[in-house]
Amino acid sequence: MLGLNKKDFSLLLVVAALTLFAPFILNPFPEGSGMAQFNAGYPDLMQRFVIFGIFAIGFNILLGLTGYLSFGHAAFLGVGSYSAVWMFKLLSMNVIPAILLAVVVSGLFALVIGFISLRRSGIYFSILTLAFAQMSFNLAYSVLTPITNGETGLQLTLNDPRVLGQSATADGSIPVTSLFGLEMRSTFEMTLGPWLFQFNAGYYLCALILLLSFYLSIRIFRSPFGLMLRAIKSNQTRLNYTGLNARPYTLAAFVISGMYAGLAGALMASMDPLAGAERMQWTASGEVVLMTILGGAGTLIGPVLGAGFIKYFENIFSKINDTVLHGWFEFMPDGLENLIVGILHPFIGKGWHLTLGLLFMLVVIFLPGGLVEGGQRIAKLFRRKKPDDAGDNAQSTPAE
Amino acid sequence: MDAIILQILNGLDKGSAYALIALGLTLIFGTLGVVNFAHGALFMIGAFCAVTLSRILNFSFETIDPTKTDFLGNPAKIKTTYVEHWFGADFGATIIDWAVPLAILFSIPIMILFGFIVERGLIKHFYKRPHADQILVTYGLAIVLQEIIKAFYGANPIPTPAPDVFKGSFDFGTLLGFEPNAIIYPYWRLVYFAFSALIISGVFAFLRFTTFGMVVRAGMADRETVGLLGLNIDKRFTFMFGLAAAVAGVAGVMYAPINSPNYHMGMDFLVLSFVVVVVGGMGSLPGAVLAGFLLGILESFASMNEVKSLIPGIDQIIIYVVAIIILLTRPRGLMGRKGVMED
Repeated sequence: MLGLNKKDFSLLLVVAALTLFAPFILNPFPEGSGMAQFNAGYPDLMQRFVIFGIFAIGFNILLGLTGYLSFGHAAFLGVGSYSAVWMFKLLSMNVIPAILLAVVVSGLFALVIGFISLRRSGIYFSILTLAFAQMSFNLAYSVLTPITNGETGLQLTLNDPRVLGQSATADGSIPVTSLFGLEMRSTFEMTLGPWLFQFNAGYYLCALILLLSFYLSIRIFRSPFGLMLRAIKSNQTRLNYTGLNARPYTLAAFVISGMYAGLAGALMASMDPLAGAERMQWTASGEVVLMTILGGAGTLIGPVLGAGFIKYFENIFSKINDTVLHGWFEFMPDGLENLIVGILHPFIGKGWHLTLGLLFMLVVIFLPGGLVEGGQRIAKLFRRKKPDDAGDNAQSTPAE
Repeated sequence: MDAIILQILNGLDKGSAYALIALGLTLIFGTLGVVNFAHGALFMIGAFCAVTLSRILNFSFETIDPTKTDFLGNPAKIKTTYVEHWFGADFGATIIDWAVPLAILFSIPIMILFGFIVERGLIKHFYKRPHADQILVTYGLAIVLQEIIKAFYGANPIPTPAPDVFKGSFDFGTLLGFEPNAIIYPYWRLVYFAFSALIISGVFAFLRFTTFGMVVRAGMADRETVGLLGLNIDKRFTFMFGLAAAVAGVAGVMYAPINSPNYHMGMDFLVLSFVVVVVGGMGSLPGAVLAGFLLGILESFASMNEVKSLIPGIDQIIIYVVAIIILLTRPRGLMGRKGVMED
């Protein structure tokens, strides 16, 4: 269906179900209960899940298929954000033109950077993209201040022209982003017993776009073009010997992933119309690398999982503090309780980056395929046992 | 003219830091073939060795002096550091004052040991994996190291002053016959430059004039053949990793008075020192040093007002522009060897 085989279509359906019912799924604990802080079903966080999901899907088209490791993708995200905010300032508060412009501008930007960077491969490519991204970041901070508003970040003001819209609303405030009148921040709340579910217009827009981009990425993965990209990853030299020029294909992949990043940036600006230079810093590029690797580079669902995983931990894990821990281990004797809290203390709250770093290292060392490979190994473990318990263990490949 | 000399001098201290870090990176890359994204973190740990030593030296105990009272009328508590107690007030104060130079002695064994542990425990398993995997795992290691430092020392920069002798500036201009105060240069930066020149020549002399260094150089050229000759090249390369870590560490120790150590200083330097390595040529030690000083000086020239008014913003991007031009026109870098990292 939709040009997909049965397996891919069911994967798409699963993702669709997950994103559309996310307000329910991410809110499993009733309001006011002790576990309520693990609820992630509030609009702000859910929007971030899908936006970074889109970013990571795009990044995976480059890293997962061609094997080129770019350390500068945040630059495209930042460019997308800036162009979207400019559209809000100049044209109207409708998100559609902003998103379109952001995708086009970041695509052009990626075309230029990709054209130069892809002349080299391997570590040189990584360094080149890193250099370009740091260059854009430094410029956005200093000389390009008229366009980017420097350190303050680009914001909407009451004096913006907005030719198709209005500079200010009737009561004199800055208008909000909308989709043909449907305000992005409008939220429908549903109370069901002790549960509170929030359905946010902005989130559903992002979710629909995520589904579209996910579908597109499946099509790319299964297309002859995708096959060509995989060939580049497995052996570029051999590809060259068969008389094929690999560069147009890698450049196309680079531009596509840059456009995905621009799209994510535009959505970020649509949900919250401001853009800052720190979105372009190389650590931000590092984050999307973490997401893609953690989830599983080269798999379809991996990057989305990785993005969701990291964003969930960034927002939820960092909220756990010592008081919460003391609450959990209350049943233990005091000394033991304090000991455990003391041990866990550096890993939680503000120290969650430490946990993330350790986790990332473990994944790179033991699970090069990321969370997806982990899931597959576990699934295999259970599947193996059913046909015959005894004889198969010897054949199973040992973990590295 | 005096402005030009001043900019060259200004470029030297930053260039020295770049050159030292790039030297260590190149040592690791040339011997082990590993792209080490955690090298900036090693530099940062070195700087925190200086912080730690100055804290250790400032450990103190309190005595109650009945002859004096504090502002509440209670007997005054007087803090005496153990160092002053043991070595006498004058000598003890001198030791505390010289905490940063002393931290060099303190940091070298720590960094070498740390390098051994990282190499044996982690990097060893990544020789056969692709470069991308090496970048990723060392990037993860860098995050972990800087978060550990953050957990212990907090997120704020910690001022670590240089000894009193080196405070103040040196009027370099009078020496060359310019007017007084035309070229003023802080003493500590001069010390830093001299120190880095010493370390760099030390490393080169070690590689050039000792048997150990000769074997390492042979191993860099052809690892397998050296192994076939019955020499344990792995052990020597592990030591080189420790040495590279120590070079990065002492570079960090001496940099602490110039720029107060904070937990992400390593990441800030990492990107630049990678650019330096690539400009110098992967695997070329003289190239790394040359490119380090060159880029440091170029950067300080670009921040001159005359240049900035000509091309606005050039000071922010000069290094990257140079790197991009070099990479595209001279793929091997300034002094790169043939056959190293040519994909």
